[in-house]
Amino acid sequence: MIVETGHFALALALALSLVQMVMPVWAARSSDPALRQTTSQAALGAFACVLFAFAALTWAHVSSDFSVQNVVENSHTQKPLIYKISGVWGNHEGSMLLWVLILTLFGACVAGARNSVPPRLRANTLGVQGLITFVFVLFIITTSNPFTRVVPAPLEGRDLNPLLQDPGLAIHPPLLYLGYVGFSITFAFAAAALIEGRIDAVWARAVRPWTLAAWVFLTLGIAMGSYWAYYELGWGGWWFWDPVENASLMPWIAGTALLHSTVVMEKRDALKVWTVLLAILSFSLSLVGTFIVRSGVLTSVHSFATDPTRGVFILAILVLFIGGSLTLFAWRAPLLRQGGLFAPISREGSLVLNNLFLVAACATVFVGTLYPLLLEMLTGDKITVGPPFFNATFVPLAIPLLLIVPFGQTLAWKRGDMLAASQRLFVALGVALVVGLAVLAMTWGGPMMAPVGVGLGAYLLIGSALEIVSRARGYGVRRTRSLGVIAQRAVGLPRSAWGTALAHAGVGVVVIGIAAQGWASEGLASLNPGQSLTVGPYVATLDRVAPKKGPNYEEAGAFVTIRDRDGHAIGEVETGRRFYPSRQMTVTESGLLTRGFSQVYASLGEVGKDGSIGLRLYYKPLVLLIWLGAVVMALGGALSLTDRRMRVGAPAKAKGRAVARGAVPAE
Amino acid sequence: MSAVRPITGGRRWSGLVLAVLLLAPLPAQAVQPSEVLKDPALEHRAREISEELRCLVCQNQSIDDSDAPLAKDLRLLVRDRLEKGDSDAAVKSYIVARYGEFVLLRPVFAAHTLILWLTPALAVLLGALGIWRLARRRRPAAAQHLSASEEAEVAALLRRE
Repeated sequence: MIVETGHFALALALALSLVQMVMPVWAARSSDPALRQTTSQAALGAFACVLFAFAALTWAHVSSDFSVQNVVENSHTQKPLIYKISGVWGNHEGSMLLWVLILTLFGACVAGARNSVPPRLRANTLGVQGLITFVFVLFIITTSNPFTRVVPAPLEGRDLNPLLQDPGLAIHPPLLYLGYVGFSITFAFAAAALIEGRIDAVWARAVRPWTLAAWVFLTLGIAMGSYWAYYELGWGGWWFWDPVENASLMPWIAGTALLHSTVVMEKRDALKVWTVLLAILSFSLSLVGTFIVRSGVLTSVHSFATDPTRGVFILAILVLFIGGSLTLFAWRAPLLRQGGLFAPISREGSLVLNNLFLVAACATVFVGTLYPLLLEMLTGDKITVGPPFFNATFVPLAIPLLLIVPFGQTLAWKRGDMLAASQRLFVALGVALVVGLAVLAMTWGGPMMAPVGVGLGAYLLIGSALEIVSRARGYGVRRTRSLGVIAQRAVGLPRSAWGTALAHAGVGVVVIGIAAQGWASEGLASLNPGQSLTVGPYVATLDRVAPKKGPNYEEAGAFVTIRDRDGHAIGEVETGRRFYPSRQMTVTESGLLTRGFSQVYASLGEVGKDGSIGLRLYYKPLVLLIWLGAVVMALGGALSLTDRRMRVGAPAKAKGRAVARGAVPAE
Repeated sequence: MSAVRPITGGRRWSGLVLAVLLLAPLPAQAVQPSEVLKDPALEHRAREISEELRCLVCQNQSIDDSDAPLAKDLRLLVRDRLEKGDSDAAVKSYIVARYGEFVLLRPVFAAHTLILWLTPALAVLLGALGIWRLARRRRPAAAQHLSASEEAEVAALLRRE
C-alpha cells in the first residue's frame, strides 16, 4: 500500500509541476499577484510529494519488500542497513528519483527564499524549474518506474552490486546530484532573465548563492567519488578520465567559470550575456552528464543502466533543454544591455582570462569524451581517447590558469597595474621558486615535473595568504604597517574574502598532492607468509592469510605488517578478496595505512602454484592532499556562502514594496 | 574433546573457504608478479607501453590496470615482443596491426583525429580572438570623439555660460 501511495505521490508531483510551470505565465498576463504565490505553493507541494515517494521507496528497500521489482533487483535481506538505504539510489530508477527529489528540494528552497529573490524573477525561475521537474518526473513514470510490482514475489533479492556496497556510495551520488541539479536553479534563473529580457546586479546577487552551493556540493561529490574509486577499484589511481568522471568534471569546470563571471557581474555589471550563457552551459553539461551515465551510451564502469528507450528519452530531454535554452539565448540575449567597461589589465580582465582557460579546458574534456562516439557514427572508425590524451591536453591549459589566480586577486577592478601586481606577488613567486628548487635538489634524479608542481602549489598557497594580507594592510591612505591593525582588519574582512582565499589555497593543496604522486612507488611480488617486499620508505611483510565472514560475503584477508627501514613496525594493513554468494561476484578490498598525508596502499593479487600470494603495494606520498585540498576548496565556498551580503539578500526599492502591498489589501 | 572438535571442524571449513576464495576465477588483478620480466629496464618499458594500451573487453581501462584475462594476454604479448628485441614503437604497431587503432589510449595524430587534438589550441585561440574583437568593438563606442558640428555646438553652449 505504501508503495502504491508513493507511486501516486509521484503522479501528483507531475501534476503539481505542471501547475508550477503554467502559473507564472498566467500571472504575467493577469494582475492578480495571488497567482504568483500559487507557483511557490506548487513548488513546495511538488517537493513534499517527491519526498513522500522517495520515503516510500526507501521503506520498501529497508523492509525488504520483494514484491517490488526494484527491491528484488538491488537488495538482499542479509545486506547491512546502511546499504539497504544507499541501495535506494544505487540503481537507475532510484537514482533518478533522488535526482528529482533534489531538483524539487532546490525548487522549494527558491520558493522559500522570499527576501533574496525579487518576486517576479522568483516566479519565472520556479516556472522554468517546474518544466524541468515535469519532464524528469514524466521520464521516471513512463520509462523508469521504481514502484513496479512483481508477482509472485521472490523470497530473496538479488543484492546490490558488491562494488557499490561501500560507505562511499552512500554519500557520493547525493553530493554529486546536489551539485548537478543545483545548476538547474542557475539555469532557471538564466532562462527567467532571458524571458524578462532584463538582467542586472540584483540578478547576479540572487543567483550567486545557488551557484556557490551547487559548486560546493559538486566539488565534494567529485572528490568523494575520486576517493571511492581510489580505494575500491583496487589499482590505486585517483582519476581515470573515465567518461562518467568527465561527465561530472565538465559541469564543475563550467560552474567554476560561472562562479567567477557572476562576481564580475555583481560588482561591475559587466559580462552579462556571457554569464547567462555559462549558466545555461553548466546545467546543459549536467544534463549531458546524466545522459552519459544513465543511457550507458559510452560504456564505462558506471553504466549499470542500459536501455535504449531511456537513452532516447533522455536524448529528447537534452535536445529540449539545451536546444530550447540556446534558442532562447540567441533570440533574447541581444536585449540584455551591456554594462561596465574595463581595461584588459584589471580584475575583470583576469577573470575573463580565467573563463577563457576554463572554457577551453571544458571544451577539451567535452570533445575528448564524445569524439570516439561521433567518429564512429560518422566514419565507423573506432578509436579510444584515454588518459594519455587528457593528461597531454588538460594539464597545459590548467597551468596558465593556475598562474593567473594570484595575479587576478592582486589587480584592481576596472584598471589594474601589472607592475604593482607583480611587485606585490614578488614574495609568492620568490618563495615558490625557492621551494621548487629545494625540492628539486632534495629529490635529484627523480621526476622533473613533481618539484615544478610543488612550487606551483606553494605559489598558490602563498598567493592566497597574500590576498588576505594585502587587503588587510589596505591601499592608498588606509595603508598601514602596524601588525595589530592588519590583524584587526583581517578579522574584519568580509567572509567572502576569506572564502575566496581559502578556496584558492585549496587549489594549491590539490596541486601539491597531485605533483607528489610523481614520487609514488610501487612494489609487486609473490609472497609466502613471513616474506617481505620493499616499497618506498617501507618494508611490508606478509603475516598471515585468514578467512573472515561478513554479513553477506565471505572474505579471504591478507594481513601485512608495515615496517620502516629500521625495522620498527608502524602498522598492519589488511587487504582481502570478498565473495558475494548472492551475485556470485568477487571483489578486491584494498588496505590502506595512513601516515600523515601519505598512504601505503595494499591490494591482493593472484595466487601462485606454490600457494604464495601476489601482493601489490604502493607508497603514495601526500596523496590525501588531493582530496583534502578539494575539501578546503569546498569549505572556502561554504564560507563565502555565509557572507553577509548573501544573508541580507537583494536590496529592494521601498517604493515598489509599498505599491505591491497597496495592491493586495487583503494580505 | 567435544570442545575441540567444532574448532577443528571450523578450521577445516575455513581452510576450504580460503582456498575457494583465493582460487576463485577472478578479477585477477593488473600486472602480476609472475608476469614481471627479469630485466628491470625492459619491465619498465613494458609498463610504460601497457599504460598506453587499452584493455579491449573492459570499460576504459589500460591493460596495465585491468583484471581481464585478455588484458593479461596482451601484457604477456607486449613483454614477449620486448624480449624479442622490438622497439617500443614496433611493439605498439604490432599490437595495433592485430587489434586495430581502438587499442591505443592515446589516439594517433592523423586526419581523422585532427579536430580532437586541435581542440585545446583552437578553443583558446578562438576564445581570445572573440574577446579581442568584442573589446575592440566596444572601446571606440565608449571614447567616441565628438563630430565637428557637435564640437561647435558645445563651444556655443560654453560661450553662452
